[in-house]
Amino acid sequence: MAVDAPTRSPGDGPPVLEGTSEVATPGLEREAERAKARQGFLLGLPTIVYLLLFFVIPLGFVVAYSFATRTRSGRTELRDFNLDAYARLGDDIVMTVAWRSLWMAVVATLICLVLAYPLAYYISTRSPMVRNLMLVGVMIPFWSNFLIRTYAWRVLLDSDGLVTQAFEFIGLGDGRILFTSNAVILGLVYGYLPFMVLPLYAAIERIDWSLVEGARDLYASGWSAFRRVVWPLSRPGVIAGSILVFVPSFGAYVTPAILGGNKEGLLGSYIVLQFLSARNGPVGSAVSVVVLAVMLVATLVYFRSGGKNL
Amino acid sequence: MDATTNGQHPAVELTGVSKRFGDRSGTEVTAVDDVDLTIGDGEFYSLLGPSGCGKTTTLRMIAGLELPTAGSIRIHGEEMGLRPPNKRPVNTVFQSYALFPHMSVAKNVGFGLEMRRVPQSERKALIDWAIELVEMGSMAHRKPTQLSGGQQQRVALARALVNRPEVLLLDEPLGALDLKLRHQMQVELKNLQREVGITFVYVTHDQEEAVTMSDRIAVMHDGRLLQVDTPEAIYERPTTRFVADFIGKTNFLEATVAGADEVVLANGDRLRLPSEHASGSAVAVTVRPERLTVHRRGEAPADRHTVDGRVETVTYLGNAVVYGVGVDWMHLEVRCPATLAGDRRDVGDDVTVSFEPQHAAVVTG
Repeated sequence: MAVDAPTRSPGDGPPVLEGTSEVATPGLEREAERAKARQGFLLGLPTIVYLLLFFVIPLGFVVAYSFATRTRSGRTELRDFNLDAYARLGDDIVMTVAWRSLWMAVVATLICLVLAYPLAYYISTRSPMVRNLMLVGVMIPFWSNFLIRTYAWRVLLDSDGLVTQAFEFIGLGDGRILFTSNAVILGLVYGYLPFMVLPLYAAIERIDWSLVEGARDLYASGWSAFRRVVWPLSRPGVIAGSILVFVPSFGAYVTPAILGGNKEGLLGSYIVLQFLSARNGPVGSAVSVVVLAVMLVATLVYFRSGGKNL
Repeated sequence: MDATTNGQHPAVELTGVSKRFGDRSGTEVTAVDDVDLTIGDGEFYSLLGPSGCGKTTTLRMIAGLELPTAGSIRIHGEEMGLRPPNKRPVNTVFQSYALFPHMSVAKNVGFGLEMRRVPQSERKALIDWAIELVEMGSMAHRKPTQLSGGQQQRVALARALVNRPEVLLLDEPLGALDLKLRHQMQVELKNLQREVGITFVYVTHDQEEAVTMSDRIAVMHDGRLLQVDTPEAIYERPTTRFVADFIGKTNFLEATVAGADEVVLANGDRLRLPSEHASGSAVAVTVRPERLTVHRRGEAPADRHTVDGRVETVTYLGNAVVYGVGVDWMHLEVRCPATLAGDRRDVGDDVTVSFEPQHAAVVTG
């Protein structure tokens, strides 16, 4: 508050005593604040160094590589920076792979949402005891390795696997879906479902139940109360869960490789292909940069929409 | 609304309504125990009692937010049965207001109209009317989080009243407001109720609130209705010790019924007080502190009941003086209009406490 302001209006609050500003020494206060900031920085330093070394700098390499030059022998050299790699992104093969990845990620995200929402709703309306048990249940798959679980699906989906036989037994037609995009979607949904359930649960659990009662009291049917109150209030969870599923699905590598047999290329495998087989570092990097940019935009959309519980 | 059909039936009628909640271990809690009550059309009716007495559960059963375990609930003669809340001609003002945080004030107020598919053209006028009614015209586009508690309370009221319900249910709507605002809202609510002519069922634990606003008060305790009467009758003629004690301060003089119109106090004094209790039953005579007068020992007028005692405490309150008077078998509180210091009794003075028979009531329990 300005002590020396000559035109104080009566609504300005209690008058400040003349001369109070001379009692405290402004310099000391600022120094103490700076010391506090320094302390925080020192505490964070090890992690900052770690992230710099293993995340920020490599990421810089990727970005740099995407503008670099590929020599005849397939080496990537950091000279003559150009946009050649990005020009290749318009190729039919890249576009096909990108659209297929986008399509699969969207489908996997939607299936997760449809499966997770009722479950999250159910969990959040249970007693605290049951709630915690069910949340632990949702997380149990994380206790074993993702790769191992994906290979387990391969066994189940094998032509003489349990799932395949069960499908055929109950007459759902040909159960042999291994090495198709359906198997990939199945694997993605299986792997990322908990990432949808948890934020949805967090969002729904926070909704004040009396709002639903209020809506019912104001002539809303159960469905209307859901549509007009519960759904909009759970939107932050829907967005958070969708991003958490969409982002890894979009760039998935392990699941398409194991369950899709890489018959239909996706972005993840395309990037690997560029680096290892085609020995085209710039193109692989350029695709990576674009995928990262898409994910960044998705995350920004989430934060812009006011979400917090990521 | 057809006035003749409504006139034949009370606004709300509960017959033998009970609500039992069971928990996992199998023990049952009876929240509401065999309650009968009749609320007249246009009445301001309060359900008053301490927390856990079943008043809110009773209100929620009328709203349809809980279903009764037994009994019948009728609104203007129509049996509610298992009808869901959205099919009942009542609206509720919730204790927490339950305003939709993602909708503006106007959207909140219009929600019920929208759900009932009131045409857009009529909706606008009704919303404006309700928002004006609670003097929130300038805030129509704000979100509830941008409003103060008192303003949110008004919006909750408008959101319910805009639907012109046959009965408005209010669950401690002033509970979250500070004292000054609460007093102001009490007056406004009462005026509003007269203005719109809607039956109000008002749940509160605040006896002062109930007394100021209600046409009739139903005092509840442990799931049961103890007494239903006008505020004055509840205050002046309580029938149970609980009611007498819950509504304002009072003194209890232990007594035994000695006949149709006589009780014997614990010290052997006989009082002429009519009661309906059988001879020999243990009762108490209750007299409000402000109905008692202190005199110098032996100076009390002959037509008043008297008890002798000694002043133990004197508390000066500005507009009143409260004496604590010890009688050998109990302690009485006497509240007198403030007198100048010279005219006051002192601690240790021998005094006679007196009251008029019509200001005493016989209570049980």
